[in-house]
Amino acid sequence: MKIGLIPEIATALLLARLRQTLIAAIGVTFSITMFVTLLSFMNGLNGLLDNMVLNRTPHIRLYSDIKPSENQPINLSKKYSGAYHFISSINPGSNRKELYNVGAIVQALKSDDRVLGWAPKVAAQVFYNIGPIEMTGVINGIDVISEQNLFYFEDYVVEGNAIDLQNIPNTIILGKTAAEKMLAKVGDNIQVTSGSGEQYTLKIVGFFQSGLAEIDKVQSYASLKTTQKILGKPNNYITDIQIKLHDMSMAPKVGKEYSSLFRCDAEDIQTANAQFETGSSVRNLISYAVGITLLIVSGFGIYNILNMMIYEKMDTIAILKATGFSGKDVKKIFITIALSIGLIGGFAGLIFGFLLSKIIDNIPFVTAALPTIDTYPIDYNPVFYIIATAFSLVTTYLAGWFPARKASKVDPVIIIRGK
Amino acid sequence: MKNDIVLMAQSITKYFTDPLPVKVLDDVSFQISKGEFTSIAGKSGCGKSTLLYILSTMDTDYTGQLWIGGQEMKIKTEKELAAVRNEKIGFVFQFHYLLNEFTVLKNVMLPGQKLAKLSDKDLEEKAMLHLKQLDIESLAKKPAYQLSGGEKQRVAIARALINDPLIIMGDEPTGNLDKKNSDIVFDIFAKLSSVYGQSMLIVTHDEEFAKKTGRTIVMEDGRIISSG
Repeated sequence: MKIGLIPEIATALLLARLRQTLIAAIGVTFSITMFVTLLSFMNGLNGLLDNMVLNRTPHIRLYSDIKPSENQPINLSKKYSGAYHFISSINPGSNRKELYNVGAIVQALKSDDRVLGWAPKVAAQVFYNIGPIEMTGVINGIDVISEQNLFYFEDYVVEGNAIDLQNIPNTIILGKTAAEKMLAKVGDNIQVTSGSGEQYTLKIVGFFQSGLAEIDKVQSYASLKTTQKILGKPNNYITDIQIKLHDMSMAPKVGKEYSSLFRCDAEDIQTANAQFETGSSVRNLISYAVGITLLIVSGFGIYNILNMMIYEKMDTIAILKATGFSGKDVKKIFITIALSIGLIGGFAGLIFGFLLSKIIDNIPFVTAALPTIDTYPIDYNPVFYIIATAFSLVTTYLAGWFPARKASKVDPVIIIRGK
Repeated sequence: MKNDIVLMAQSITKYFTDPLPVKVLDDVSFQISKGEFTSIAGKSGCGKSTLLYILSTMDTDYTGQLWIGGQEMKIKTEKELAAVRNEKIGFVFQFHYLLNEFTVLKNVMLPGQKLAKLSDKDLEEKAMLHLKQLDIESLAKKPAYQLSGGEKQRVAIARALINDPLIIMGDEPTGNLDKKNSDIVFDIFAKLSSVYGQSMLIVTHDEEFAKKTGRTIVMEDGRIISSG
């Protein structure tokens, strides 16, 4: 058989029923458009929400928890080593909140090539003084540059400059909600009282907004030095070390290792935020389910139209068979028709899907909860386009297969005699 | 078997089972030699069309044996039978079946393109030659549905000729035409037979038509009562 004869016949049949064909193709276009848009949008949103957590959460946090000693004196006594100990009214023995041996930890982190970076932190409980009223707060002493590199600190500073914390002594970046309560502006001075009762005057150099009002009411940021001064501690006083790894999935393992190595507590991101991955995968599942449903529905559209076409084209099928086309050739013709509907409709769908995503990408979306974005998030991942193409071809092939098989089984004698 | 026998049928028997078993063909045997212009005549319902569809390989539900060009048909697959129809048999039906989606020329060329023995260019030349012989070359570029009945039947004959078939089969090819067009079609058949030595097997209930052919097989109640 001449190559290209079957596509040629398929094209002629398609063009003879141009309107029906177009409707079927538009069905595919619509479903592919929605599939691509839905997945791009959903994943854009997922990425945004995930990043909200991931950007700001250390993979491992080293700290020293307040807890009673695991080795009570009686456990050390050899005399009672075989006995079961009942000990009541245990209190945490030491109130040291700082990490021991910070210098050694930093050295170890520097030489560990699994570690992307770390940021030290000092947390200080304070009161903000607003006239006669006192408001509790926490000042996080940070190293602005490493905090910026690892946790995109600047993104959450809505007014003022983050780097001023480092450059100007005795400065503070206040939580937005706290600032509103104090009626404070950038450049104002505020009074804070430390846990030990000493008062300090700090200059506001910026506001900070995380999107969570509870946090913005309490947390504020100052440089490590300023915070250490408020606490009256030396400059090796560090309460937390926040670590980011190259590979996040290693966090539980590395955390455990550091915990025993440095004799401190370690919390990994998987334990701290177990729920967020579940949320992402469920949202993904839903969008795939909706997208695939759309494709299957359009598959039924193609099935119907091809079925109708076969009833209309019985004469044509009979003639093709009488003049020497086999059942297989006839089947190929109808499958070619189905696949061209899928290909053309699908390709248009990819383009429209991309355009619709672009439009959504430009719709303003301003919310206090998400200070870092101003339009709807879209993930332009080529994988969605590949999946959509594959699915459009598979569904149209299947939708074409059954009518095509029916066409291949048409008995030309019945048609030719039946007139 | 001699080489100049193009078609041989041996004890072909067929039943219709719906609604009741009826024997439509009863032990039909005959053969057609090369160049013969044969007609099968008989009253409506005598089984002559049924026989033709068996001979044309489209109906495979029968007992008995059928050879076309020395090849046994009963043992061939659906695909092989399609190839036989494509290469060895030319069809002309009562209702001039053309593909309305294509032009006249394309209709004539399609079986040739399926066979693919000639290039498209040579095929087109050959198709135009046939159309010219049948005096319809001016219609070549027209879509098939714009033609009159007589013209369509001539296109169908050109299509039947495109692959130089062993035999041309016709099922009442003039049954749906007026007197003038019937005569034109008959004259074409007669010319094909006498000038080009084309073997032909035409089913007809038109006695006048049958009388004019070289040989007439007469059927009655599924049996051959005279094989000319």
